[in-house]
Amino acid sequence: MALDRWIGLILLGIFAAYGYAAWFTMDGSLAPFMRRNPIWPSTFPKVLSVMGIIVGLIIVLGLEKSDKPREENPSVIVYRQLKEFKLGQAGLLLGLMVAYALLLRPAGFIIATVGFLVMGSVILGERRWITMIVVAGIATGVVWYLVQVVLGIFLRPLPAFMGV
Amino acid sequence: MLEGIMIGLQTAFSIQNLLMVIGGCLIGTFIGMLPGLGPMSIIAIMIPVAISLGDPSAALILLAGVYYGAIFGGSTSSILLNAPGVAGTVATSFDGYPMARDGKAGKALTIAAIASFCGGSIGAILLMIFAPMLSSVALLFHSAEYFALMVVGLSAIAAFAGTGQVAKAIMMTLLGLIMATVGEGALFNMPRFTMGLMDLQSGFAFITLAMAMFALPEALYLVMDPSRSKTGQSGDIKDLRITKDEAKSIAPVVGRQSLQGFFIGVLPGAGATIASFLGYAVERNIAPEKEKEQFGKGSIKGLAAPETANNAACTGSFVPLLTLGIPGSGTTAILLGALIALNVTPGPRLMVDDPQIFWAVIISMYIGNLVLLILNLPLIPYIAKILAVPRNFLIPFILFFTLMGAYIGQNNATELLLLVGFGICATILRFADYPLAPLLIGFILGGMLEDNFSRSMQLYDGISFIWERPMTLGLLVIACLLVILPSYRARRARARAAGVADGD
Repeated sequence: MALDRWIGLILLGIFAAYGYAAWFTMDGSLAPFMRRNPIWPSTFPKVLSVMGIIVGLIIVLGLEKSDKPREENPSVIVYRQLKEFKLGQAGLLLGLMVAYALLLRPAGFIIATVGFLVMGSVILGERRWITMIVVAGIATGVVWYLVQVVLGIFLRPLPAFMGV
Repeated sequence: MLEGIMIGLQTAFSIQNLLMVIGGCLIGTFIGMLPGLGPMSIIAIMIPVAISLGDPSAALILLAGVYYGAIFGGSTSSILLNAPGVAGTVATSFDGYPMARDGKAGKALTIAAIASFCGGSIGAILLMIFAPMLSSVALLFHSAEYFALMVVGLSAIAAFAGTGQVAKAIMMTLLGLIMATVGEGALFNMPRFTMGLMDLQSGFAFITLAMAMFALPEALYLVMDPSRSKTGQSGDIKDLRITKDEAKSIAPVVGRQSLQGFFIGVLPGAGATIASFLGYAVERNIAPEKEKEQFGKGSIKGLAAPETANNAACTGSFVPLLTLGIPGSGTTAILLGALIALNVTPGPRLMVDDPQIFWAVIISMYIGNLVLLILNLPLIPYIAKILAVPRNFLIPFILFFTLMGAYIGQNNATELLLLVGFGICATILRFADYPLAPLLIGFILGGMLEDNFSRSMQLYDGISFIWERPMTLGLLVIACLLVILPSYRARRARARAAGVADGD
């Protein structure tokens, strides 16, 4: 089965779970006076879940056929090319983004951002350390100034234990 | 209308807003030139900045400037590097790149800029004529019609997704709609589908989703497939002038494509990409035999046609946004999200309640086009230097800006984790050829769709509004036809083809 149909199956599961919540669990906590309304909080989700399950089945069963195979369409990335892709780098960068999210508050904006920009370049294969640190430092300073001073949004610049 | 135009002129010509247009165009051109970053990603990144301005006119003017600039920048990278950053400028590279290879890069850029300028300006005039007309009709609509109209819009977007793609596009729209139901709705005052998580109480943030759907997958693709990020020296760009004869030969093309592009842009889901390809095809078909051979080898007509059409279509796509509050493309959907965040509800009331916003946006479209022609064109040789920035530096910065965008919008680090999670899902969905724009459009329209649906249900005490209001019924029938017709026609064509094979 092709990847798009596997994903169709996953989406079908999501809609099934959503539909279960809408049809069977949501209405339990509804106040009695609201039950007299023609529309309940679950009405719209119920409609969506039914439509989602129908469309999901169409995708999973492959009822809608494409005119030409995906491989003939040059603008589409065929997932069989995946092996040629640099998945490792992408994964590391995503990990770095997660680390940034977790460290932004405790480590402060400046350390987290300079670290992120330098490490990002290192992951991509850059080794000019001085250039990297200088570029990252200047960019961090400029962005911090713009966000904190110009836009007026608070960004803790230094680590929490330093008190700022 | 004249009064409105005067208010618009007054607002658009304030120093602050002029700076916004100029700044927006420059930023848009600058980033739009980077291969792989389309207008949607750039606008998504700029939204937090626009929202923090606080003034809806200024914000919308800035974003519209960024939009124009990004499309112009995209054309530049199509011409110079044969690396279209956006689908809408793919047709530009057909003739633009051969011209650049022949050493006529400067001329190609000028033609692109003039064609864009004319397309955008004529589009803006048409917008001034048609938007108020459509607005006055739309004022007669009730919530039932609004509900039906949104369903038509969403179906049209799915229907234009192409054969074999309709089910996937509908699936993505529905996914967007169910994501919009997460959190506490205004109508019911109770949290839904939050799974008990406090962070989901207010629903998913639109900026985070926009970044995750467009900016992050683009950046990840640049990482995974280095051949996509063709950076390098663009060579010298000189001789920006075009001759009188050349101007004369592209004039009719520009005229035709401005009109055609605009009306294609008005249709939900069609947008700049279809307009540019169709414009190119039409001009090639009606060109004299001798010129036809030149198409694809550096024809100036072949360059002017898609450039005019895609700009006119961009302007056209503002018609449903400003008059009905229904975005027809991913980009206008993002703009709609930004407007809602600024407490402005686009729709027929916009012209009545906030005429200064409505007209200022239209006037600033002219100014934006003018800025692109006068300011950006001479600067292009310098702006093109950004193409020489190594990707090892570029990509971490793009990722950092997506993170910052999501963080500034919500001031919450959990949002960043959501961004990464959604970004991974979006990348996988793109691998499997699922279109992402319908998801975002569904997400943005979801709340309004449900509100209008609920209101009609309450007024009519059930679903009888569907058959008691003829216009609603008519619109819903159109929506069904839009979805069913493409598959039906494809099936019939296949059946016929199979029949022929048997007969032979």
